[in-house]
Amino acid sequence: MRRQEFQYGLRDGVPIAAGYFSVSFSFGIMALGGGLSIFQAALTSLTNMTSAGQFAGLQIIIAGGTLLEMAATQLIINLRYALMSLSLSQKLSKDVTLWQRFVIAFANTDEIFAVAMSHQRELTFSYIIGLQILPIVGWTAGTACGAAAGSMLPAAVNSALSVALYGMFLAVVIPAAKKARPVLITALLAAALSCILYYVPWFSGVSAGMSIILCTVVASLFGAVVFPVSEEGGDK
Amino acid sequence: MAYLYMAMMALVTYLIRVIPLTFFRKKIENPYIQSFLYYVPYTCLTAMTFPAIFYATNSVVSALAGVLAAVILAFYNKSLVTVAAAACIAVFFTEHFL
Repeated sequence: MRRQEFQYGLRDGVPIAAGYFSVSFSFGIMALGGGLSIFQAALTSLTNMTSAGQFAGLQIIIAGGTLLEMAATQLIINLRYALMSLSLSQKLSKDVTLWQRFVIAFANTDEIFAVAMSHQRELTFSYIIGLQILPIVGWTAGTACGAAAGSMLPAAVNSALSVALYGMFLAVVIPAAKKARPVLITALLAAALSCILYYVPWFSGVSAGMSIILCTVVASLFGAVVFPVSEEGGDK
Repeated sequence: MAYLYMAMMALVTYLIRVIPLTFFRKKIENPYIQSFLYYVPYTCLTAMTFPAIFYATNSVVSALAGVLAAVILAFYNKSLVTVAAAACIAVFFTEHFL
């Protein structure tokens, strides 16, 4: 381990950790509402380090879906991380060993990936580990605190906090949709499909996890066929 | 049973992240696969948000206030935390005064 590199990583991880703490707080509240214990909620965050994936997984646990449905949903929603790991793999310093790659893969989140890719110097194992540690702690501790507080907070506060994660989702989609019309159209299509599956009685047998998979796959396929992005179009 | 679900989630998520970093290190060239993966975050987040957000709070009206606050602030590129906080505050005040 190179101490200096590790410290640079820690410093760059502070703002990510702060953001994660507040967002995972609301995941903790939702998880408790869905029947998980505080420990289970925190363990889910610690072992997954995703927001959308965990959220969808929680829906499946609440709805009592099948394990296959769980695996398929995680695969589709988290598939983008495969792309990020690919890009990260190209940028890593040559000194990074195979087992070190097994370690850093664990918390390659959207934000950590973005910061790692914008890092100006060589990307060392020490730097990435430093970068990941505080966000992992923040994400897990925020979930635990949210789950612990959820049972004590008044109903009005719980109700208000339950839109936090959705608010964050909108904060990801809307700026991108504003910049690129294809994103706007595919996102609107996904929302429309999701509403159809939810409201049309004929589809009442479609489970929550299945609905997320169907809407994501159909709308993304539509986007890929009608508006294929050029080489550097996807700003991942 | 919850632990089985949790193990499945963690395993699939880790495999997705670890395989391209260790064994499969080729670049994806196919523009359609690239495009598909480019749209996935936006479509899945939107599909999970709608219509579920309307039923997340104590009333549809307060949820609508939350959506409105989030959409407006997100449109002006406010940070994730700011947008999420604004949605919560909008819900809280709507429920408080109605």
